[in-house]
Amino acid sequence: MSGQLVVAQDLPWPPSVNDFYPPAVAGPWVTKFTLMVWLAVGLVIIFYMAAYRNPKLVPSKGQWLAESVYGLVRDNIAREQMGNAGIRFAPYFTVLFSFILVTNIFSIVPGLQISPNAHIAFPIVLSAISYVLYLAVGVRKHGLLKYLKMSLILPGVPWPMHFLLIPIEFLQNFVVRPVTLALRLFANMFAGHLLLLVFTVGGFVMLSADNLFVQVTSVFSFVMAIVMAFFEALVAVLQAYVFVTLSANYVGTSLAEEH
Amino acid sequence: MYLAAEGSHNPILPIWQELVVGTIAFALLVFVLLKFVMPRMETMYQARVDAIEGGLKRAEAAQAEANQLLEQYRAQLAEVRTEAARIRDDARADAEGVRQDILAKAREESDRIIAAGKEQLVAERTTIVRELRTEVGTLAVDLAGKIVGESLADEARRAGTVDRFLDGLESAGAR
Repeated sequence: MSGQLVVAQDLPWPPSVNDFYPPAVAGPWVTKFTLMVWLAVGLVIIFYMAAYRNPKLVPSKGQWLAESVYGLVRDNIAREQMGNAGIRFAPYFTVLFSFILVTNIFSIVPGLQISPNAHIAFPIVLSAISYVLYLAVGVRKHGLLKYLKMSLILPGVPWPMHFLLIPIEFLQNFVVRPVTLALRLFANMFAGHLLLLVFTVGGFVMLSADNLFVQVTSVFSFVMAIVMAFFEALVAVLQAYVFVTLSANYVGTSLAEEH
Repeated sequence: MYLAAEGSHNPILPIWQELVVGTIAFALLVFVLLKFVMPRMETMYQARVDAIEGGLKRAEAAQAEANQLLEQYRAQLAEVRTEAARIRDDARADAEGVRQDILAKAREESDRIIAAGKEQLVAERTTIVRELRTEVGTLAVDLAGKIVGESLADEARRAGTVDRFLDGLESAGAR
C-alpha cells in the first residue's frame, strides 16, 4: 500500500483514516478488503482440506499442523473455558481461530499489508455470531426465563441492590460483551496498521527530506517498522487467541449451572 | 454506507457490503470445514487417544504376563534344581550301596576261593603223604630186602612194621 504511494512521490503524511479505505477494485462489493476475506476463506479451506485429505493415525506434517491448531483450541480453549461439555464447540472455535489468525496475519504479508479486521464490519460479523451462539446455548440449556434470571440476578445480594445491579448485569452480559469483542479485535488491527504506516511512510518522508541528517535518521524509522512488523505478528496471534478464548468463556458461562 | 468516493470515513461505522460479504464468506468457511474436515478431526483425535491409551494398556498387560511367566519359570527352575539334587543324592546313595554290595560279594568270593584252595592243599598233602608213606615203605622194605638178601615184603606187610616205624618217626618228629 505504502509502496504505491511512494512511487507516486505523493506521500500521505501524516497517515490518516483514509489510508484504510483504498479505492474499490470494482464497485463496493469487490474491494481489497472483500477480496482478502475471500482469499482467507480459500486459504483456510484449502489448508484443512489438503491436510485432512487422507488422515492417518501417524500424521504427516500438514496433518500434524492442522491437528495442533485443533488440539490447541480443543484442549487449551474449549475444555479450559467450558469444561468437557464444551468440546462439542471445539470444531467451530477452531474454524473461528483459523480465520481470525489468517486475516490478522495479512497485516504483515507483503502486498496485502493490512488485516481485513481493520475494517470493523468483519469483527462485527464474527462477534455477532459468538453473541448469538452464547445466547442460544444459554436459552436452550436453561430456558429463556431461567437464563435471563441467571444472567441478571446475582445471588446473595440484598434486594434493593438489584435496582442497581440488574441494569449493570444487563449491560455487561448483553451489550458490553459483544461490543468489546468486536472492538478489541478491530482496534488492535487498526492500530497495528497505523503504527506500521507511521514508521514506514515516516521513513520515506524523512528520506525525501532536504536535510542529510534527517535522511540518515530515517534508518531508525525503518528499523522500527521492522520491529513493529514482528510485534504485529505477535498481536495477530494473540488477538485471535483472545477473541476465541473470550467467546468460549461466554459460551461457558451460558453452560454453567450457577451465575 | 460506502463512503470511499466521498473521501471521509468513520472507522467505527461498518460498510454494509462488507458485513454481507463477511457473513457469506465466513458462513461458507464454517459450513465447509464443519461438514468435511472437523468431524474427521475429532474422530482422528479420539482414535489417537484410544491408540495411545490402548497401546499403554496392552503394554502393561503384556508386561504383567511376562512377569508372571518369569515367576512361573523361576519356580519351575527351582523345582527342577531340587529334583535334580535329590536324584543326584539318590544316585550317589545307590552307587555307594552297590559298591558295598560288590565289595562284600568279592570279599566273600575271595574268602571262599582261599578256603577252597586251602582245603585242596590239605587234601593233596594228605594224598601225597599217604602215597609217600606207601612208597617210602616199599622202598625201605625193598632196600632192606636187598640188604638182608631175602624178600621181606610179605612179612613186613603182615607185620605192619613199616607203618609202625613211620608212626614212630612221625611222633618223634612232632615231639
